[in-house]
Amino acid sequence: MQSISSLLADYGADIPLAFWTNIRLAFLATLGSFVLGVVLALFRISPVPSLRALGAGYVNVVRNTPLTIIMLLGVLAVWGQLKISFSSDFTLNFFIYAVIALSLYHAAFMCEAIRSGVNTVPLGQAEAARSIGLGFLPAARHVILPQALRGAITPLGNTVIALTKNTTVAAAASVAEASGLMKRMIEFSPDVMVAIFLTFAIGFCLIVIPIGLLTTWASEKWAVAR
Amino acid sequence: MSAQASVLFDAPGPIARRRILLANLVSLAAVLVVAVLVLIQMNATGQLSGRRWLAAVDGDAWRNYYLPGLQFTLQSAGIAVVSSVVFGLVFGFLRLAPVGPVRWLAAVVVEFFRAVPVLVMMVFFYQLFAQVARSGAIQPQDGPYYAVIAALTLYNGSVIAELVRSGVRSLPRGQREAAAAVGMTSTQSLRLVEVPQALIAMLPSLLSQFVVILKDSALGYLIGFFELLHYARQLGSGNGNILQSLVVAAMIFIVINFLLTWAATRLSRRLSSRTAGDASAPTTPRVGAPTDTAG
Repeated sequence: MQSISSLLADYGADIPLAFWTNIRLAFLATLGSFVLGVVLALFRISPVPSLRALGAGYVNVVRNTPLTIIMLLGVLAVWGQLKISFSSDFTLNFFIYAVIALSLYHAAFMCEAIRSGVNTVPLGQAEAARSIGLGFLPAARHVILPQALRGAITPLGNTVIALTKNTTVAAAASVAEASGLMKRMIEFSPDVMVAIFLTFAIGFCLIVIPIGLLTTWASEKWAVAR
Repeated sequence: MSAQASVLFDAPGPIARRRILLANLVSLAAVLVVAVLVLIQMNATGQLSGRRWLAAVDGDAWRNYYLPGLQFTLQSAGIAVVSSVVFGLVFGFLRLAPVGPVRWLAAVVVEFFRAVPVLVMMVFFYQLFAQVARSGAIQPQDGPYYAVIAALTLYNGSVIAELVRSGVRSLPRGQREAAAAVGMTSTQSLRLVEVPQALIAMLPSLLSQFVVILKDSALGYLIGFFELLHYARQLGSGNGNILQSLVVAAMIFIVINFLLTWAATRLSRRLSSRTAGDASAPTTPRVGAPTDTAG
């Protein structure tokens, strides 16, 4: 108990800050990967063969690459070797790299989630859209995607949950986040490592479980009645 | 490509064909522009030099770096596959147990390990095994290896437990009723009728879970486990070709995972007649599919 209270005195403020970094990473990467995922899904269902191939190629390559490698390629290769920098501030630069790596990786899963939503849209909807003269993009925007996104809420939510947990991999890009802080705390006080682990584990449960509940609620609220 | 996607648009007429040709050309041009920009930047920083690429793919690189790394990666992933299937079967059974408290306890365990990031578990086990090593029970250098396997087992085992449960749930009610009708107890019905069919139905999802295990084994890099990524980085630091060696390591992962995904798709087509459950392809995630393959 002694060491737990001294631990709280030392790190009490750092823990929420570290989790705040994970939440910011998760929020920004969710936005980025969703936008890219919608574009990729449009590519994959478009009438243009080259765009379909591009979308499928991106998804298959990225989905099969470990996130850790994408993170390291960003920081060690693109930043370290190609000297591409987004900010002169090191912390911000690595943060941006982490957001980009998370977005690029999860966009592949967002795309597949949206595509599974497209599969829930009955064929008649696309045919009806064409018969009133809508081209591919207007039909996608007004008819297909609104229903597809509502049908894809559950897999999209699962992707957001996985993304939130994967923000810990930003440690590979030297972003100071929760898993890094946990490592440091356990190194300095290994006698209470179980308590430290449970603190961080429950912290993630508190972030992840509400997202899951929200997903279930939203998928029922916005379910397309058929 | 799903069957429905091709019906989202009509067979193109002359005007649409011209538009498609134009779109093809524009996207080709866009890809070329990006490629040229990347190549220019690579050239400016000397990344195109033949020496750097050769050193990343020659015999020495494979013999001394990629193959030893790949061996540890495959070994840890292989053991984690076996142990997480065992964990998943046990907890899948417990989650379907007729006794309430057993079910709830199993549910708490499974949900907990599914919610905690794998890396957080790995870091914890790494430190735990470092403590254990101090007592002499295991070699200190083996700690990261065991930590990777333990974390992968707990996370993926929990995911597989959910697969087992949802696989049994997806079976038609008649299966359970028929088992009851011939006088089986509910445990016998689970063991002899429902879980075997659920296993066949979940095999494709199980294979795509192996992709997740293989990918997540690369997280071991962050706790100092000597796997493929670690060796690739060592090779890169030694020869000044970190970009090239990481690209090769990524390609090794992509090829292996691509083969696994391909096998999963083939398997799901062949198995759909062998079970009353739903062995649909894992490559197009169903709505409500329990796997989050991004994990």
